[in-house]
Amino acid sequence: MSERIVVDPITRIEGHLRVEVNVDESGVIKEAFSSGTAVRGLELIVRDRDPRDVWAYVQRICGVCTTVHALASVRSVEDALGIKIPKNAELIRNIMNEALYVHDHVVHFYHLHALDWVDVVSATKANPAETSKIAQSISSWPKSSPGYFTDVQNKVKKLVESGQLGIFANGYWGHKAYKLPPEVNLLAVAHYLEALDWQKEIVKIHTILGGKNPHPHYVVGGMATPLDIDSDNGVNAERLMHISQLIDQGKDFVNQVYIPDLLAIGSFYKDWTYGGGVTNYLCYGDFSTSSVYDYKNYRMPRGVILNGNINEVLDIDLKDSKHVQEFIDHSWYTYDGKQGNGVGKHPFDGETAFNYTGPKAPFKQLDTDKEYTWLKTPRWKENSMETGPLARMMVGYASGKDEIVNIVDDTLKKLNLPISVLHSALGRTVARGLETSLIAGWLRNDMDELLKNIKSGDQVTFDRTKWEPSTWPKNAKGVGWMEAPRGALGHWIEIENGKTKNYQAVVPSTWNASPKDHKGQVGAYEAALTGTLMLNKEQPLEIMRIIHSFDPCLACAVHLTDLETNNTTEIKLG
Amino acid sequence: MKRQKTVYEAAIDHGFTRRDFLKMCTALAATLGLEYTQSDKVVKAMETNTRVPVIWMQFQDCTGCSESFIRSSQPKTESVLLDMISLEYSEVLSAPSGFQVESSMEQVYKDYKGEYIIAVEGSIPDDDSFLSVGGKSAKDTFIKMAEGAKAIIAYGSCSSWGGVAAAYPNPTGAKPITAHVKNTPVILVPGCPPIAEVMTGVIAYIITFGKFPELDHLGRPTSFYRHRIHDKCNRRAYFDAGLFVENFDDEGAKQGYCLYKVGCKGPTTYNSCAEMRWNGGVSYPIQSGNPCIGCSEKGFWDNGPFFERRAKIPGTQTTINPDEVGLAALGLTAAGIAVHAAGTVVKKKKDDKRGEEE
Repeated sequence: MSERIVVDPITRIEGHLRVEVNVDESGVIKEAFSSGTAVRGLELIVRDRDPRDVWAYVQRICGVCTTVHALASVRSVEDALGIKIPKNAELIRNIMNEALYVHDHVVHFYHLHALDWVDVVSATKANPAETSKIAQSISSWPKSSPGYFTDVQNKVKKLVESGQLGIFANGYWGHKAYKLPPEVNLLAVAHYLEALDWQKEIVKIHTILGGKNPHPHYVVGGMATPLDIDSDNGVNAERLMHISQLIDQGKDFVNQVYIPDLLAIGSFYKDWTYGGGVTNYLCYGDFSTSSVYDYKNYRMPRGVILNGNINEVLDIDLKDSKHVQEFIDHSWYTYDGKQGNGVGKHPFDGETAFNYTGPKAPFKQLDTDKEYTWLKTPRWKENSMETGPLARMMVGYASGKDEIVNIVDDTLKKLNLPISVLHSALGRTVARGLETSLIAGWLRNDMDELLKNIKSGDQVTFDRTKWEPSTWPKNAKGVGWMEAPRGALGHWIEIENGKTKNYQAVVPSTWNASPKDHKGQVGAYEAALTGTLMLNKEQPLEIMRIIHSFDPCLACAVHLTDLETNNTTEIKLG
Repeated sequence: MKRQKTVYEAAIDHGFTRRDFLKMCTALAATLGLEYTQSDKVVKAMETNTRVPVIWMQFQDCTGCSESFIRSSQPKTESVLLDMISLEYSEVLSAPSGFQVESSMEQVYKDYKGEYIIAVEGSIPDDDSFLSVGGKSAKDTFIKMAEGAKAIIAYGSCSSWGGVAAAYPNPTGAKPITAHVKNTPVILVPGCPPIAEVMTGVIAYIITFGKFPELDHLGRPTSFYRHRIHDKCNRRAYFDAGLFVENFDDEGAKQGYCLYKVGCKGPTTYNSCAEMRWNGGVSYPIQSGNPCIGCSEKGFWDNGPFFERRAKIPGTQTTINPDEVGLAALGLTAAGIAVHAAGTVVKKKKDDKRGEEE
């Protein structure tokens, strides 16, 4: 006899995600279903618009990983039109993406994920002097005195006593799966609050270079950022030093707070090995030290790993119709007026037709034998894939990238664990931390490179040769790809007569949160949940841990599918 | 439930000194646009009011408004969350999921009827199949919660105007939240997203003074949306002097010339970007070399193309009188503007007027 457990809304994520699982008598998850329950249809909205404007629309796919869709979009237009952007623009875009990673991963760890491992209420029982000792033994971060932790503990105590717990109300406090001693819980709570204050600083890099955050500005052909060290109105020495300082502060926080906390917390959960999943990993690669087209210069290499086999890295071709396809067998869409039937479409040939066949609200449970989500089902050569930090570390490791091999080996050695443990929720969480540390270093390197280039006399940020639509071919197709914090992101555009004819994004969370496909292969979330033991069916802490380890972004996942400009889009309801 | 602590008590409990508290009140008064001498009113209000329960609802959104909110410099996010409000439901920050987090919302509805505030980001689709939360119609949940709320704050352009989901052809029938509110007061705080300190400033105003801020005829707080960005733009002098950026990254762009000719919508956009700037006052799009896309205006998504269509130049409501100032300089550009305007009229779609002027 199995029992259906539903968790909706899943909180501490971006967007609207519902998870349903079948659990057997002993509490083990036998089958899992991931469902996106909201849709906006932005792909239909960008159609016929000026391709130079599309970045702004698709940027609104997500305000958490704010910047990634804008970047993928301008890259897709530049690919279609053959625009090569200036060196400074490459560097500025890298700096903005790297700053995003540092912000996003830290916020994910403390504000979206930590409470799955950290019991806030337990922190009230800690001995602050002991917390101070632990803090000083793992890091040189200055805020570590007994007095400091006493103050934090008093804040938590008063909050608990006030009876108004706010965001901490009704948490799974006291759940048996929480393993940290009160002192470590207190350390984590202190850094939860510190990170909340810190995160508003690092994003100022976006503000200086792109005007604001969330949703900084981009331009097809480079960046509009007016670099000029002799101008009172440009990005001058003062502005550049401001960025430099923010980078150093960011780096310090990552290496002195985030990474030590991650390893300290992780070491208490070494035997919680659930949440592995498909063990197929997809990485488009990014962070080139030259142009985005120079794969050999990617600091995060490109490739695919199947079945956890790190002895072989397979190639990806984003323009090959057999490589990336989207299926809809369990999704609320039709192709050519029909239900899925095992048909997969490459992004250049896609179609969007809403076809909601789910239950009418209010409902208790979805019919998971049929269609059950607004997410499509992307597959690489018909394989279900995981993308994101773990995929990047796996592909980087398998490709023999020194920096990645070293940081992975060093960390596993410290924790005394084999590489196979990385195929888990905790492995994913550790991988995210490790790449943040690397990327924080690249952020510094890219800024130094930018300063060096400016010093050499180059202050150009924009290539205007193909700005005017009159210079464009009648028809052009392009792909913009990047590694976003949550994984491999691709935008496909077709431009015709100066307008957007066809647009599609296949985004990280769609890969990870996709439903079953035509072959019965489950998506990465669903695979990761299966086999997990739930200690308390009323408190789905284990589900949270696994789902959060992917850092879901559902507005991304469900937002944009694709379109065929010349076809009338069918919108069938209910 | 026991008596809630006042903001002052909560602040002291959280380790702030009275001096810190007074400083926070002064900063808050400044954020709210009050005279220094009025900061004692803030102090008084904060000493006597309690933490107000807030339900943060997300519909067809991107979470950019939640993200912006936590970027606030004054008041800091921690102080908002721990001292001013009690955020009882948030899909981004709440510790529990599923029925536990839903029960927090239910509890607020029962215990604080008429006292709680709803913050909303995202538009609401007509058809429930495009958006359900917890297996329920998001629209129905909103309508029920709205009836019991003291006030609703529509954060961002999606909840205020419909936003990007409602842009042509509006595939899901997305509507602003006002389409579903009957009697509860709604404050519109548009922007994509709004500036962090505007977001916290509005909530702090209500909590501090126990009333709603003064609103304009569209429901926006006048303290943040009274002026066009153009009125206070750091590049304004160059507009008046007739000096324009012709291309991105040209010499004019580096010197800070006006971005009008590359599509800047500052002249028709009501927002505080030029004055308060973003992320603790660091910069804003125009300062960083990017034309404003008018993201706090109704229908701005259908008012493009962003870099091609030129904004209508405001007349008498500007801080200067163009008849007297910069006349000669304006004269030089007027011909160019007129020629371009004629071109764009032809291209206009029928709904293009939305957002052009208010």
